[in-house]
Amino acid sequence: MSDTLVLLDHTASGDLRTPVRELVTLARSLGGGVRGAWAVDGAEPSAQALAELGALGVTQVHRIVADADLRGTAVLAEGLAGLVEATGSTTLLAVSSFENKELAARLAVTTGAGVVTDADALERVDGRLVAGKTVFAGTWTTRCAVRTALAVVLVKANSVVASDADAPVEPQVTEHAFTPTPAATRVRVVERTDRPDSGRPELGSAHIVVTGGRGTEGDFTPLEELADVLGAAVGATRVATDEGWIGHDAQIGQTGVTISPRLYIGAGVSGAVHHRGGMQASGTIVAINSDPDAPIFEIADYGVVGDLKQVVPQLTQELRRLKG
Amino acid sequence: MKIVVCVKYVPDIQSDRRLVDGRAVRDGGDGTLNELDENAVEAALSLVEAAGEGSVTVVTVGPEDAVDAVRKGLQMGADEAVHVLDDAIAGSDALATARVLAAAVRHVGDADLVVTGMAGLDGLTSLVPTALAALLDVPALPLAASLEVTGSVVRVTRNLDHASEVLEADLPALVSVTDQANEPRYPNFKGIMAARKKPVTTLTLADLGLDAALVGDAGARTEVLEAAPRPARENRVLVTDTGDAGARLAAYLVENQLV
Repeated sequence: MSDTLVLLDHTASGDLRTPVRELVTLARSLGGGVRGAWAVDGAEPSAQALAELGALGVTQVHRIVADADLRGTAVLAEGLAGLVEATGSTTLLAVSSFENKELAARLAVTTGAGVVTDADALERVDGRLVAGKTVFAGTWTTRCAVRTALAVVLVKANSVVASDADAPVEPQVTEHAFTPTPAATRVRVVERTDRPDSGRPELGSAHIVVTGGRGTEGDFTPLEELADVLGAAVGATRVATDEGWIGHDAQIGQTGVTISPRLYIGAGVSGAVHHRGGMQASGTIVAINSDPDAPIFEIADYGVVGDLKQVVPQLTQELRRLKG
Repeated sequence: MKIVVCVKYVPDIQSDRRLVDGRAVRDGGDGTLNELDENAVEAALSLVEAAGEGSVTVVTVGPEDAVDAVRKGLQMGADEAVHVLDDAIAGSDALATARVLAAAVRHVGDADLVVTGMAGLDGLTSLVPTALAALLDVPALPLAASLEVTGSVVRVTRNLDHASEVLEADLPALVSVTDQANEPRYPNFKGIMAARKKPVTTLTLADLGLDAALVGDAGARTEVLEAAPRPARENRVLVTDTGDAGARLAAYLVENQLV
């Protein structure tokens, strides 16, 4: 059985993005070894990242190095294609994100890979990879088998619980240097501005997300206080971001960030279909809304018909008390 | 400036969407132009209007009803349309769809810019734009929240999960636009009437010189083994606040070990 290659999404300071640990955990369950692919796009793997990868059981970390800007997805796709070939990998896993979808699309064209995006489960059945995914705004579940020799599977954050390997290893760090084709460098990254750290977990991978909509009337303070007691990320509906109450990067929905946290708390969120498409796969859904007819109550595990300005601060206070 | 916009005919997201034999059902009158592709048509029309010259061609691949998607584009103001219609296409995956679109864009010819939406609201894979660019051998600038063309250079800004970027490339190029990029116009009466006289060319795979084995079920690289509606959530609770709902919710979260 060949090794599984995992794309190691990382921060500008060389630390692993949270969902990568989940991906490596999933990769181990497929059998065979697990290798990591690290794009040296300005950041080298930090000592902590290597220690974490060792604990997760990653035997080799391949540093992808190019004499071109690896932030360009066309460039990185060529590096990954070369690494897949050099390592003989038949499975490449990456976090399901828009950038990684660009990589997957290119690999599909250049390597003949079969691609599954937004997977939430993965197993090997009779030698074939079979991925689970939800479709139609989380209302249907499907299982898809990959027919091709190379499978590229993009896995949603929070699909599995990350766990360390039974025996830690010391990852061997090697270099995969390549020269991109002129075609890959036609797109110039003129500017890239990393989002400032909010001090809260990242929205796309947080285990708990507190979301505000129109019903907040622009005041996110009670939601932020609740989020901080829970160690949660703060998200918003399209209405809230369009009103400028919070940044566009907080928008949850089919065209914004798609989330599937263990716990989703929506306050003043009506639950329009575009929003539901971005959160309906969440573990437990809690909704607080003054309108008893709000569609979000149709999918909520726990709904409160009430004024969020009363309910949310009381919830925060009580949680603070219960958690001591 | 000659712009080709690729659009998709999808089940209306407000309808009862379903899969049969692993495929999205796209008949029964619940189909529509993918909402996000309206942003693509709008972006193309705005660029041509700003340049004061040029044309917009809308292209779609899909069953008979899919012609409605390009007609909507014509009503918005596009000049002509191409509909690739062939029974062998049914069941195509994202890459096969990109292959057919690439052949159609080449058939239209001499495009300076190809514009698409950021995703189809049915499959939501977002794979087609980048795959299409790779097949056409032009640079891809996906997820444009804004775009401008100056001379022969296209520049976009885009917002990713962890960063925002400004990308630039020389034309010809492909851009996918987000729903932040613009506010799509509604077709007015004049536009709807004018669209009736605009040409819609229907093409088969043979017309495009494409091998049917590369598309449809035969060419699909993944196969749907099972598909089922998700069961409704069980043991749902709905309470009306009488003064202690916040505290009761806190107790629920703690009892169920959710926090």
